[in-house]
Amino acid sequence: MALIRTEKLSHTYSTGTPFEHVAIRDICFEAERGEYIGVIGATGSGKSTFIQHLNGLLKPTAGFVYYDGVDIHESKHRTKEVRSKVGLVFQYPEYQLFEATVFDDIAFGPKNMGLPDSELKDRVYEAAGFVGLNESFMQKSPFELSGGEKRRAAIAGVIAMHPEVLILDEPTAGLDPGGQAEIIRNIMNYKNSRDATIILVTHNMEEIARNVDKIFLLRNGYLVSNGTPAEMFCDTEKLAKMGLKAPVAAIIAARLRALGLPVKDGIYTIKQLQAELNKLKSKGGVYA
Amino acid sequence: MLKDITLGQFFPGNTIVNKLDPRTKLVLMIAYIASLFIARGLFAYLFMFVILLTCITISKIKPKAILRGLRPVFIIILVTVFLNIFFIRGETILFQFGFIVITTEGVVTAAFMASRLMMLIVSTFLLTYTTSPISLTNGLEKMLNPLKKIKLPVHEFAMMMSIALRFIPTLIEETDKIISAQKSRGADFETGGLIKRAKSVLPIIVPLFISAFRRADELATAMESRCYHGGEGRTSMKILRFSAADYIALLFGAIVVTIVVLLGIYF
Ligand SMILES: Nc1ncnc2c1ncn2[C@@H]1O[C@H](COP(=O)(O)OP(=O)(O)OP(=O)(O)O)[C@@H](O)[C@H]1O
Ligand SMILES: [Mg+2]
Repeated sequence: MALIRTEKLSHTYSTGTPFEHVAIRDICFEAERGEYIGVIGATGSGKSTFIQHLNGLLKPTAGFVYYDGVDIHESKHRTKEVRSKVGLVFQYPEYQLFEATVFDDIAFGPKNMGLPDSELKDRVYEAAGFVGLNESFMQKSPFELSGGEKRRAAIAGVIAMHPEVLILDEPTAGLDPGGQAEIIRNIMNYKNSRDATIILVTHNMEEIARNVDKIFLLRNGYLVSNGTPAEMFCDTEKLAKMGLKAPVAAIIAARLRALGLPVKDGIYTIKQLQAELNKLKSKGGVYA
Repeated sequence: MLKDITLGQFFPGNTIVNKLDPRTKLVLMIAYIASLFIARGLFAYLFMFVILLTCITISKIKPKAILRGLRPVFIIILVTVFLNIFFIRGETILFQFGFIVITTEGVVTAAFMASRLMMLIVSTFLLTYTTSPISLTNGLEKMLNPLKKIKLPVHEFAMMMSIALRFIPTLIEETDKIISAQKSRGADFETGGLIKRAKSVLPIIVPLFISAFRRADELATAMESRCYHGGEGRTSMKILRFSAADYIALLFGAIVVTIVVLLGIYF
């Protein structure tokens, strides 16, 4: 059974005013335990709105969200319980830091869960370790960190709650390539160590291509398609029509195919492309 | 959600009322409110009500939006009604129980008070729903211009006001976001005693202030780098001009005030 599942989920903002806006419609989504899921879509397609339903921050205007088979809005208690199991890292999470020290800020979530002080310290250090903040940061004010460090502290604040599902809304936006790769690695480490489900919202297709098991594509609030990266990235033109760009490797493979090279389908990472080209080369002949 | 608070919110539209000069609308609103206080007797009130209804119809504001806007002030109206009913002692007693005495005069006054308050508030909606904050402050600045002669910083005042108005929705949105973010870290804003609740706003207030200061800083830099240096010699892109519709509207306003005064005298 799916760990988290939505059924015909719809959300309308500002109902009954001239600003009424249907942000997502009839979304049916499923994620298993331990799965790594990517959510993609152009700006304004409803990604952030959608994920805020998964931990009950937004209430669906129609439809349901089930966690472990139980409706998350069944009772207030249930919603609260789900919130500690489904951790959500917002877009630009560094703006929610508020405590005097990084330590206290990371401890905020676990403290709200009612963990005893003895356990708190372990949790905080462990979470800080995942995001690569060492001990020297713990007593600093979060406001004197660099942008990337703030981002990592904020992510640690959610990881410290040990969520079974970790949702991240564009966690790498606005960071340098090194910082981006680091955060993606941190997320992978967390996933592997706790067998957590990861839901990653991003505009960076390379990130998606390299990591996820399944992709959900949103457009104008509709879930237009979903599948494995190999399935999703095979039609580079369709993606382009949606305002998205397939990973570079997929585009190159498509071009080579168009030029008449027998490059096989389902290539979307540089590594796969390299392997495929080497294979062709070793075959020799006209392709060498 | 906080966002759904509509008090003083602008709904873009395309009606005559939207297109009137903000100064006209300001004057008309003031005239309307003054008339409400002059109005005496049932007929005058009915007349004021019809006028308001007509204006709402012309400006195509949805009744739903008005009701939603009235919601936050509902308590105030309720308290007013309550005070009037129980504390005004007239001659004809409607109901008596122990020390509680309700008289016809009390009920009548309460009804008048409530409808006056409601009409007053709705008339201000008429202004803010149909006028963008920018043109509202523009109009205000123009109207207060003469005060510059006595060295009042009218332009600075108007600029502050338009910046404030401009940032209210942004700050509300930001507050919403911060609340959501802290909620997903398990913050609880709904239960607990007074002290616990007061403490629980800290995770909202601190980030909000930090971002407000950051925004203020950025805005100041942006304004300076575009050579903003106060009101002196500053021209505006949109020059306010009265059109025929404005003169007609003002004329109507004058007629309404006259009728209200006359109704008060003769009925
Ligand atoms: N609080 C809100 N009130 C009203 N409309 C909103 C609100 N939040 C989002 N919207 C609208 O809903 C739509 C979807 O927004 P959402 O933030 O979910 O998009 P997104 O896919 O996350 O975009 P991005 O990639 O830019 O983050 C947008 O058209 C947006 O204007
Ligand atoms: Mg978003």
